[in-house]
Amino acid sequence: MSSEAINRSRAVDWSLRAYIVLAYAFVFAPIAASFVFSLNSDRFPSIPLGHFSLEWYRAVASDPLVWQGLGNTLVIGLIVGVVSTLLGFGAAYTDYRYNFFGKQVYLALALLPPTIPVIIMGLAMLAFLSRVDLSGRAISVIIAHVVICAPFAMAIIRLRLSQMDPALEPAAWNLGASEWATMRHVIVPFTKPAIFGALFITMAVSFDEFAIAWFVSGLNETLPVKVLGFLQGQVSPRINAIGTFVFVISMTLVILAQVLLSGRTGPTAADKE
Amino acid sequence: MRPRLSIYGLTFSLPLLVWQLLFFVAPLAFLVALSFWTVKNFTMRPDFDAVNWITMYGKPVFWQAYATTFALAASASVLASVLAFPASYAIAFKLSDTARRWAVFLMVIPFFTSYLVRVYSWQIFLSDAGIVNVLLGYVGLGPYPMLNTVGATMVGYMTLSLPLVILLQLFSLVFIDRNLIEAAHNMRCGRVRTVFEVVIPSARVGLVIAALFCFILTFGDFVSPVYLGGGDPTTLSILITDTTKSGQQWPRAAVIALTMIGTLLAVAFFAVRFAYAGNAKGARK
Repeated sequence: MSSEAINRSRAVDWSLRAYIVLAYAFVFAPIAASFVFSLNSDRFPSIPLGHFSLEWYRAVASDPLVWQGLGNTLVIGLIVGVVSTLLGFGAAYTDYRYNFFGKQVYLALALLPPTIPVIIMGLAMLAFLSRVDLSGRAISVIIAHVVICAPFAMAIIRLRLSQMDPALEPAAWNLGASEWATMRHVIVPFTKPAIFGALFITMAVSFDEFAIAWFVSGLNETLPVKVLGFLQGQVSPRINAIGTFVFVISMTLVILAQVLLSGRTGPTAADKE
Repeated sequence: MRPRLSIYGLTFSLPLLVWQLLFFVAPLAFLVALSFWTVKNFTMRPDFDAVNWITMYGKPVFWQAYATTFALAASASVLASVLAFPASYAIAFKLSDTARRWAVFLMVIPFFTSYLVRVYSWQIFLSDAGIVNVLLGYVGLGPYPMLNTVGATMVGYMTLSLPLVILLQLFSLVFIDRNLIEAAHNMRCGRVRTVFEVVIPSARVGLVIAALFCFILTFGDFVSPVYLGGGDPTTLSILITDTTKSGQQWPRAAVIALTMIGTLLAVAFFAVRFAYAGNAKGARK
C-alpha cells in the first residue's frame, strides 16, 4: 500500500475505480436483466418494462418436461457431486502423501479434463459411450460430468490438505494408529470442510453444464439442455425464469461451500492473502 | 518408512486413475480411431481409411471455418486481455484488502450462472427492439441491427471469458513485489512507464496464461456464434454440432475435433513458451 503515497493522481485513481464498476456492470448486466425480465409480463422482453408478473414462472412450473429435466438435473448433480468428491479426495490425498514414478502423468489426468473444450468432450463421449452401449441415459451424463468435476474436487481438497501440518499423520502412526484409523480420525475430520465444499461446488458445476449433457443425454435431458432447447425454439422469457431459479440453487450451493471453506479455516485462509 | 505400494494407498489413488483412463483417455483415443472409420449407407463401419481426413481437409468450407474460428478466438483473447487489464490492475493496486476480497467473490459468481441464460439475456439487450436500441432511440439514434453480427459474438465471448481473465490477471498482479513498483517510482519512472516496464513484465506469465484460457474457451464455444452471431460465419464448433447432430457423419466430426485439439495443444505450447521466455530476458532471480 505504501507505493500509493508517491506518484498518484486523483483523476487516474477515480477513473480506474470507475472502470472497475464498468467491468462489473458488463459482467452482471445479463445476470441482472435475466432476473428482472423473469418477473416482467412482456412476451418480447425490452424496455420500457411491462408490469410485474409471475406468468413465466407459472408457465415453467406447469411444463412437465421442465419438472422432468429438473428431476434429472438434481439426481445427476447429487450423484456426480458424491462420486467426484470421493475420486477427488483420493487423488488429492495421493498427491499429498505419495511420490511415485509417473506422478506428473497422474496429476495431468487428474486436472486436465476441464481444459478440453466441452464440445470435443461431448463428441468423444457420445461416440465412445454409444459404442459401449451407455449413451442416451442418465448414467452417461453422470459418467461425463464426473470426468470434468473430479478435478475441481481434487483441487479444493488438495488446497485444504496443504494447510495441514505434515507431522500430524506420522504423529498418529507413532502413537500406534493404523493408516486407516489415521485416515478416519485425523485426515477426514481435518479436510471435512473442503470435502463438503467440493461436494457443493461439483454439484453446482454439474447443474450448469449443458454441452456435454446435450450430446450424451438422449431423452434424459437435464434442465440446462432444456434451456438450450428453448433457445433453439422460439425465444421465450421462460428461459429467464428457469435461469433465475437455477441461479438461486447454484448460489446457495456456492455460498454454503464458501461458508464451509472459510468457516473453520478462516484465520489460515485470511493469513494467506 | 511404510511401503509405497499398499492396499491402503491404492484405495485412494486408483479410483480416479481408472475413471479418467476409462472415461477421459479412452473416449479421446476412440475419437482418433473413429476418424479413420468409414460411413456407408448411413452406418459407420470400423475401418482404417484416411478418407475422412482427405474429404474434410479438401473442403474450402472447413478451412474457412478454421480461419474464422482461429481469428475470432485470437481477437477475443487480445480484446479480453486489454479490457480486463485496467480492471485487474485497479483491483490489485487501488482497492483495500476487504474491497479486493469482495471483488474476487463477485467475479466468481458468473461461473455459477448459466452461460446459456446470460447469452439469451444479451439477445434481450442487442435485438432490433432490444434495450440498447430503445435507449439509442431516446437520443434519436438507430435502430442498429446488432444481433447476428460478429460484434454480438464478441460480446458473448467476453461474457464467457472476461471473469476468468480478470481473475487470472488479478492473481498474477497481487503477487508482484510492491517494492519493485516503489523502486520504479523512486527512480522517477512515470506511471504509464511503470505499468509497461515493471508491472506487465513481472506479471507476464499470468497475463499470457489468462489470454491462453480465453483462447481455449472461445475456440471451442458454439453458443455465442450460434445464438448471438446467428451461425454466420460458421465456426468449427458449429461445424462439429451440425456434422454430429445431423446424420451419421461422426468420423468427419472427429476429424474436426482432433484438428481443434491439435491446434489448442500447439497454441498452449507456444503460449507457455512465450510466457516463460520473458523470464529469462527479464533476468529475475
